[in-house]
Amino acid sequence: MSASPLPRTPQDTVTLLGRGGEFPPCPVPLFEDRVPAGFPSPAADHVEKALDLNELLVQRPAATYFVRAEGDSMIEAGIHPGDILVVDRSLEARHGDVVIAAVDGELTVKRLELRPRTRLLPANPAYRPIELREGEALELFGVVTSVIHSLRG
Amino acid sequence: MSTASPRPAQPLHALVDCNNFYANCERLFRPDLRGRPVIVLSNNDGCVVARSQEAKALGIGMAVPAYRIRDLIEREEVAVFSSNYALYADVSQRVMRVLEEAVPRVEQYSIDEAFLDLSGLADPVALARALRQRVHRWVGVPVSIGLAPSRTLAKLANAAAKRWPATGGVVDLRDPHRQRRLLRLMPVEEVWGVGRRLGRRLRAMGIDSALKLADSDPALMRKAFSVMLERTVRELRGQSCLELEEAPPPRQQVLCSRTFAERVSALAPLREAVSHFAARAAEKLREDGQLTRQVSVYLRTNPHHPREPQHHPLVTVPLPEPTADSRDVLHAALRALETAWRPGHRYMKAGVLLGELVQPRSWQRDLFDHLPTRRRSDALMQTLDRINRAGRGRLFFASEGIRRPWQMRRDHLSPAYTTRWSDLPRVR
Repeated sequence: MSASPLPRTPQDTVTLLGRGGEFPPCPVPLFEDRVPAGFPSPAADHVEKALDLNELLVQRPAATYFVRAEGDSMIEAGIHPGDILVVDRSLEARHGDVVIAAVDGELTVKRLELRPRTRLLPANPAYRPIELREGEALELFGVVTSVIHSLRG
Repeated sequence: MSTASPRPAQPLHALVDCNNFYANCERLFRPDLRGRPVIVLSNNDGCVVARSQEAKALGIGMAVPAYRIRDLIEREEVAVFSSNYALYADVSQRVMRVLEEAVPRVEQYSIDEAFLDLSGLADPVALARALRQRVHRWVGVPVSIGLAPSRTLAKLANAAAKRWPATGGVVDLRDPHRQRRLLRLMPVEEVWGVGRRLGRRLRAMGIDSALKLADSDPALMRKAFSVMLERTVRELRGQSCLELEEAPPPRQQVLCSRTFAERVSALAPLREAVSHFAARAAEKLREDGQLTRQVSVYLRTNPHHPREPQHHPLVTVPLPEPTADSRDVLHAALRALETAWRPGHRYMKAGVLLGELVQPRSWQRDLFDHLPTRRRSDALMQTLDRINRAGRGRLFFASEGIRRPWQMRRDHLSPAYTTRWSDLPRVR
């Protein structure tokens, strides 16, 4: 494709896909010989719904948010930088769950430990566990239920 | 007379209203903003349209122009946001969905309010408390709930739930004595459907509180004002006169319009703006699964500059047959614009309006389904929508322009956290 002669804005990158040609409005003749209206396909009764990943990954749409992982603090739990995490806010967080929590004003993904005391564990020996300060309550955003990891960038 | 027949259940309405909705949406993925004042600005970053509790406590008023509180914003480290409608609409839908899953009859009243019909339920207050907690936990934004035998009273109950934290965010106004106590505290302007102008006239008659309005003669109010105000009086007395509509009719029009960041006179930028609105409107139309038979374009000059030449044209182009194809809509909109535009005017706003909407089924679409042109159109539009929804850049029509100098100013826009893959909240 040749370089676009159009000016670029600083924040957006625009790729011109090429000239689409004139778009003539498509006039539709009112009648043609073949009029299939009223004769549904005999196959219509046997259609099975296609599989929908939402059904598999999202139990409660209203309570489910997607977030993107950064860094490698959870690498041993199978969470890589750039992965999309499915977060369900309707679930009660249990000991051992991977959760999203607010720590020092930022959202972080860690493993929740409730016993013997509440703290957040990374899944990477290079990072230290996050201990709660005296009298501090853990602010949970939600429970991570799935990781979407793309193998081809 | 027999009294054996069971009494019909007392009507019971609940108004669910999100607290400081836009401000709390902005805070959803920003724990650093907890406890900080947050304000949201209107189109073009003009005026304050939403405030967090902390911003209200600073004395920042509603509809205040942003430039007038610049010092305060800096001094108090107020977090300022442009309106992020994509985010608010998504969060709003989530709230409505939670309500709809719990209660059979829900009527959305605005982006952040819904009426529930709780008539005949055994313990509506417990339900309201559970719902309030569920919305907060599942979606992440706080709501208040007011319960009362009429919608007007439910609205007042909700205001009370917001004003007094001791209520725990739920106020039950079924008891007539409590109703009267609250009505006495409420200025008449705060009654649903009264407002400032009507309030002034009522005050001139000595009616300054909601209670005095409730105790006024409905027939007199009807004669002096309107049937609506008579109904308001009856509603304040606990009679439900405004019915919960079961199913709102499908959208009758699709409108896409914008006030420009700067006035626009030349035809070229207007063509870009109108192309963009037309493409957006067609997209909305497809989201609703509808077709349009008529495309209108309107332009507005600034009526507050009466010395400038004024021009407010509206031009409508009928379409040969119903369509949801962006190309057909765009083509018609540009034709309408050519007719509407007049040189020598400084336009502040343009809009594209799609009318005469039809459902594909109610129009004999099957007749044409097999035509290759129509099938290709559907496939092309589906591809376009799919790519644009995926969020890795947008496919758009070249006539929409690339730099878009007419576009509104949104310098403080937060990411489209929930509606674009590229904007997902980041976690470390």
